Amino acid sequence: MIDNFPPFAVFYLGSLLVLLTKGRIRNTILVAVPVISFILLTNVDAGKYLEYSFLDYTLNLYRVDKLSSVFGYAFLIISVAIAFYGFHVKNNKEYVIGLIYAGSGLGAVFAGDLLTLYFFWEVMTIASTFIIWNGKTKDCIQAGFRYFLFHLAGGLILLFGIILYISETGSTEFVHMGWTDLATGLIMLGFGVNAAWPLLHTWLVDAYPKGSFFGTVMLTVFTTKTAIYTLARGFSGEELLIVVGAVMTAFPIFYAVLVNDLRKVLSYSLINQLGFMVAGIGVGTTLAINGAVGQAFVHIMFKSLLFMGMGAVFYRTGKINATDLGGLYKYMPWTTVFTIVGALTISTFPFFSAFVTKSMILSSIAHEGYGIVWLTLVFASAGVLHHSGIKIPYFAFFSHDSGLRPKEAPWNMLVAMGFLAGLNILLGIYPAPLINILPYEVSYNPYTLGHVIYQYQLLLFSILAFTLLLRSGVYPAEIRAINLDFDYFYRKAGTIFMKFEDNYILPCFNFFKKLFFESIPSLLNYLTKDPVKLIYRVLEDEPMGDDGIKMQGWLIGWSVFVVTVFLVIYLLVFMHF
Amino acid sequence: MIDFFTTHAPVLTIVVFIFGALLAPVFGRINNSLSYYCALITTALSFVLSVYLLFSVYNNAPLEYFLGGWKPPYGIEYRVDILNSFILSVVSFVSFLSVIYGYGSIKSEIYEKRHPAFYSVYLLFIGGMMGILITNDIFNMYVFLEITSLAGYALIAMGRTRYSYMASFNYLILGSVGATFFLIGIGYLYMQTGTLNLTDLAQRLQGHFDTNVVLVAIAFIVVGLMLKMAVFPLHFWLPDAYTYSPSVISAAMAGTSTKVAAYLLIRLMYTIFGIQAGFSGINFSGIIIVIASITILAGSIIAISQTDLKKMLAFSSIGQIGYILIGTAMVNKYAFAGGLLHILNHAMMKTALFMVAGGFFYKFTSTKINDLKGMGRQMPFASAMFLILSLSMVGIPLTVGFISKWYIILGAAQSGYWIVVPVILLSSLLTAIYFGRVVHNLFFKDSEASNTGILHAKIPYSMVSSTAVLVFLCIFFGVFAYMPVEISLKAAENIIGAMPWK
Repeated sequence: MIDNFPPFAVFYLGSLLVLLTKGRIRNTILVAVPVISFILLTNVDAGKYLEYSFLDYTLNLYRVDKLSSVFGYAFLIISVAIAFYGFHVKNNKEYVIGLIYAGSGLGAVFAGDLLTLYFFWEVMTIASTFIIWNGKTKDCIQAGFRYFLFHLAGGLILLFGIILYISETGSTEFVHMGWTDLATGLIMLGFGVNAAWPLLHTWLVDAYPKGSFFGTVMLTVFTTKTAIYTLARGFSGEELLIVVGAVMTAFPIFYAVLVNDLRKVLSYSLINQLGFMVAGIGVGTTLAINGAVGQAFVHIMFKSLLFMGMGAVFYRTGKINATDLGGLYKYMPWTTVFTIVGALTISTFPFFSAFVTKSMILSSIAHEGYGIVWLTLVFASAGVLHHSGIKIPYFAFFSHDSGLRPKEAPWNMLVAMGFLAGLNILLGIYPAPLINILPYEVSYNPYTLGHVIYQYQLLLFSILAFTLLLRSGVYPAEIRAINLDFDYFYRKAGTIFMKFEDNYILPCFNFFKKLFFESIPSLLNYLTKDPVKLIYRVLEDEPMGDDGIKMQGWLIGWSVFVVTVFLVIYLLVFMHF
Repeated sequence: MIDFFTTHAPVLTIVVFIFGALLAPVFGRINNSLSYYCALITTALSFVLSVYLLFSVYNNAPLEYFLGGWKPPYGIEYRVDILNSFILSVVSFVSFLSVIYGYGSIKSEIYEKRHPAFYSVYLLFIGGMMGILITNDIFNMYVFLEITSLAGYALIAMGRTRYSYMASFNYLILGSVGATFFLIGIGYLYMQTGTLNLTDLAQRLQGHFDTNVVLVAIAFIVVGLMLKMAVFPLHFWLPDAYTYSPSVISAAMAGTSTKVAAYLLIRLMYTIFGIQAGFSGINFSGIIIVIASITILAGSIIAISQTDLKKMLAFSSIGQIGYILIGTAMVNKYAFAGGLLHILNHAMMKTALFMVAGGFFYKFTSTKINDLKGMGRQMPFASAMFLILSLSMVGIPLTVGFISKWYIILGAAQSGYWIVVPVILLSSLLTAIYFGRVVHNLFFKDSEASNTGILHAKIPYSMVSSTAVLVFLCIFFGVFAYMPVEISLKAAENIIGAMPWK
């Protein structure tokens, strides 16, 4: 029994314990929870455990196989790092919610059927909304609401798909389904919302940069990666996903270069990285799935590392905009080093972990002969170098001296970052442990001479281009101006797109928001309460004021009138007039 | 002795209330608090009897009980089947818990010397509803409807706000209009058939659905009941009535009265109007579904714009009644079960929500949403319960809200009423908005300094425990949904399958 105790239960229990403790005991629990789960998970054999019945269906709470285990391991490892990262946070609230959030992510990954998956899916939505709300600024509230509604809508689409799927097939098991009809299409769309598909991605860049320094790190791990898992499980080999993935890798680059908020840059870059995974899932060969899943694994490590680095800067300085930061390398040397490791990893330098997995995706796409997609992904890889590899460390730690004199990040943050940085380097040099846990047995060696040289060529020429443009700029080289120069080609396309979004899409959204959340409710409220007042005011030019009970006299007359009208309508309908 | 109880159980469920209502003021004369125990015992007894009835009709055939031994169609017949014994149990359970809840809240909201009268009227209010549910005689239904409504008007007027009288008066006028419409409909039906017994009526109406008399009768009955149910354009009385009545009454009413009106409509739709086949070429299901959809959306949208918690809950109730109607009007086994489950689920959720709102009122004498800032810290238990209930209202899995939503959508997918699906999805979003706003105020805003000063007494255990029981059941029946689901599926099979005249 103790062997197949599911990780989510450990997390939920831990959350309860954290609620009741504080200080050192709490910190011990925080580390113990993922570690215990990890040990339990390594000891459990592949198979299905904890079957139960709900609404006449036999459901399965804990399904362990290779695919789910990879994500499980990744989630547990990152949980340890995140626990360390926030040791010094006094308030328990974020941890209580965070453990539930992480536990639900684990629950979703290990869920053997669609209903269980949906349950954890929704709990994740709620928990993550609370984490965003915990940022406490005014922006957080709005962003949290938008985030919640977006995900709830996605969840409802998913639920509808699941209900249709179950009533058609009679099976609740979550297996490979493929896009065959309305039901599976809806399920895929529901997953797509969480995977931040293009045009469905706005919640991510909207909400993630608004969390607290600590909350954002948690947010970036679970929601999107769970979606990647579900897509890999249910829709691998779906050709649509290749196109979607390619678009996802390309379009955020334009934004990422333009925005000022460094955490927002990372959020766009997150979408870009998700695109690689989605494209890999779309290809669906064993190598591609391995690549996508492996990419998800290492992406959790290096993207959290980058977010942690930026979080540390945000925590120490209270600023996160590129223009406000700079010159921090003297004061936060370790943070600088770790962030640079993260930046090198995301840019897929050889001997860093992402090099291995991204190579798998790219070669599987090349192997299947998707030329244009391959070119897009290579272009996107080069783009990553600029917005994440260079922009993040450059603007935060070098660039001009911003005059900020922060202290180095607390020791526990450094431990967390150092742990992840070390892991990234380790898996880059010695990828065997990672390749061993991937779902399929594939022998793939990224470190052929040709491949390494090719990668260096790509990266070095990119850097060369950067340097040349930097030098050819108007002297003296104003840093932001150089950035503008360099971005010129991006900006043309980017600004047009952004203008389109600013001028058409956002106003449209705002219009509907206003219509549905302000105009219609107030109008309906007004009309149902007292429509005559409206006419009365117009006719008599009565000043607006609080009229309380006096006007309530209208209510009865008006309602009886409505009742009569209703009756007449009924009579007319029934009598076939 | 036991024999006596089992044979006369149908009538005893009603009689206990009449005796209770008579005894409460008498006991109150002796000692004021005795009247409370009178109400407590009465509702507890009726709950036990209802559950007994439910089990007995679930395992055996429906029970028929002839008052005074007069056989129908001459005498009044009480008929218990799974559908109405299920709702009987819900109503008596909610009223029982409300009485427990009232032990704490009534003391602060109603004048001491009015307590016996209050309990007496309260028992009449519940007894009337039980009568509507159990009788198989359409005129008897009207009589009980009037009993419960009149008692309801009095209960609302007992609220201590200045506006309570006005709210009660509004409800009095509109409720009377509704009841009169219902009576006119009954009159026309009687004119056509010469009988008042539902089973008999159903047989004799066969073949007369094209006559204008019957069509007009149906129109009057449907409109009258929709008014009682507070379906969207006819909902004017409900928000004020719920907002300005005492906390106990808001809680008990929200869980019972509109649902009983919904039961009346469901019962009449299926047994005498024959919604299964449609009559006179009219798509009756379609009409009800459209109206229910409008109700769901309008109720939710208006709820968003409210600033008062109780009023918001009231509008939310209007929307939720739509779920019950939409589920039962689809003429599909699963959808009907979903609608029926929602009677139970919504009764539990909304009663508990009004109880929590009453708790806030008890402590701060205000239910303005803006005054609830930071309550998560000051009243952690009540706020946590509110959170769970909100999740249930939105329909998160493992809560009861999910179960009813599941079956309604399943039924919609099977019966092909696709319009229902976007309505329910959209309404879930709207529900999330208005509950999200309150939850956000409770947990993620700091309380204003002015609030902390007026904290007085702790909330009595009676209020907390009765709410906690409902919250627990909201999760319990969400996880172990087997029992209510089985009951409502069987009820659905029986009522859809049965066409009395065929």
